[in-house]
Amino acid sequence: MKYVIAVVKPQKLDDVRAAVADLGVAGMTVSDVRGYGRQKGHTEVYRGAEYTVDFLPKVKIEIAVADDAADAVVNAIRNAANSNTIGDGKIFVLDLENAVRVRTGEQDVNAL
Amino acid sequence: MTTVLNNQFLVRIMRRLGASLFVLAVFAAPAVAQDAAQGAAADIAPASETAEIVFNTLLFLICGMVVMFMAAGFCMLETGLVRSKNAATICLKNISLFSIAGLMVWLTGYNLIYGVEAGGLLGKFGWWSADDGNILETGYAASSDWYFQMVFVATAASIVSGTLAERIKLWPFLIFTALLTGIIYPIQASWEWGGGYLDARWGFSDFAGSTLVHATGGWAALAGAFVLGPRDGRFEGGRSTPMPGSNLPLATLGTFILWLGWFGFNGGSQLALGTVEDAISVANVIVNTNMAACGGVITAVLMTSFIYKKIDLTIVLNGAIGGLVAITAEPLAPAVWQAVVIGAVGGVIVTVAVPLLDRFRIDDVVGAIPAHLLCGIWGTLVVPWTNGDASLVGQLVGVVMNAAFVFSTSLAIWVMLRYSIGIRIKPEEERTGLDKSELGLEAYPEFAGR
Repeated sequence: MKYVIAVVKPQKLDDVRAAVADLGVAGMTVSDVRGYGRQKGHTEVYRGAEYTVDFLPKVKIEIAVADDAADAVVNAIRNAANSNTIGDGKIFVLDLENAVRVRTGEQDVNAL
Repeated sequence: MTTVLNNQFLVRIMRRLGASLFVLAVFAAPAVAQDAAQGAAADIAPASETAEIVFNTLLFLICGMVVMFMAAGFCMLETGLVRSKNAATICLKNISLFSIAGLMVWLTGYNLIYGVEAGGLLGKFGWWSADDGNILETGYAASSDWYFQMVFVATAASIVSGTLAERIKLWPFLIFTALLTGIIYPIQASWEWGGGYLDARWGFSDFAGSTLVHATGGWAALAGAFVLGPRDGRFEGGRSTPMPGSNLPLATLGTFILWLGWFGFNGGSQLALGTVEDAISVANVIVNTNMAACGGVITAVLMTSFIYKKIDLTIVLNGAIGGLVAITAEPLAPAVWQAVVIGAVGGVIVTVAVPLLDRFRIDDVVGAIPAHLLCGIWGTLVVPWTNGDASLVGQLVGVVMNAAFVFSTSLAIWVMLRYSIGIRIKPEEERTGLDKSELGLEAYPEFAGR
């Protein structure tokens, strides 16, 4: 199994959800996060004075998938989240050791 | 052929001229209509004494209630412009200061304002109680006037709260509020509204209190800001670091509430609604009040979009207040276009003064000093433009006396408080927020603080 972590622009969340749902992905976890990458922060003006926002709002999407589905999911996320501008985000793929469904105790791929 | 063309040309010119004359007539029409209405008023049978007393009293009570709601407006404006870690404290300050103002106007305030001799400087100490013995002379229920004056005093106290937000200790603020509402405000108000020195000697004119209410609150706030110092980190490293407000929709709601409240503030300051003339005046005052706010908002929108490329909402909110404060000294005499201009200049003052205060390292969290103090002075000085009974010298004397008295007494009190019980919270408490250190709670416990 693979654990896919994608950090994308908040307004792309619905597109990403739709794209991976089409692939049959059964669940995802989403959190509001802040961070910076190459985009760094940006400046805003409040009452006539400029200030930098160092951490930009993003959403972090976490999806556990079977090994053979990982590439398709990563591509789907990439296509859906891409606006071809700086700050579109990153996708990380990790090996996933195990998964357990709380209600039934099912393990591994059966728990996804 | 050419003569025909020329004739057509002439006809066209005549039509244009006709159109311009028509436009002129339309512009002149309100003035004509107003004269006609006042002429007609003379033919209308006067109200009975009972009706006059009832309507005068009703004006005080209803406008007083509208002005009371300005306390909610200030509270929401300030809550929206502070960070969420200080929001509950601002709410507590606002409801406390309104109550303190009520008590102090009862205990000393009212008799200091109206117990002054003609041309005098200091009224009588002593609490107020309703005396309706000469209601036929005054023309209103005594309590209705007390109530109307009380909510004005509370307004001045609200102004101070916003400037000093996010770093002042609760108790010294409340003590200052008691002295401001019970002594400082009433004494200077008596010079004009009590028939004292400024009214008798200088013919000073301040319809609803650009100077007496708003500049008073502004001077007290400025003195406090000097003694208290800026918020931690606000001007570090020689540059201005903004601390964005937590809730701009709430700040906007607060501004709208204040705008609404101003109709009671200025409209009620006609002080009578028992005659047709008074009814016309109250209505004109309310229209001018509205138009000045419109002018203040639009100039702030245009100026901030020009200067910063993007429109600055909170300065635009200040622009509305600035316009309203500016028209408060004389909302009756101006024609509508003059009211728009007076308010528009208020919007300019606010837009320029907000970054200017930063330059002087004066930390005014909500922009009360530009909106209430500077626009209050502007509104007071511009009165002679529309009201021939006022003189620039008289207005200047009023502004200077108000400034000298309110600023020096406020400064003295703030300094005494600072070196006795202390007025500033500890740096550590400032970082965690006043809600936790002063109240032991959070305004929004379901959201993690940042």
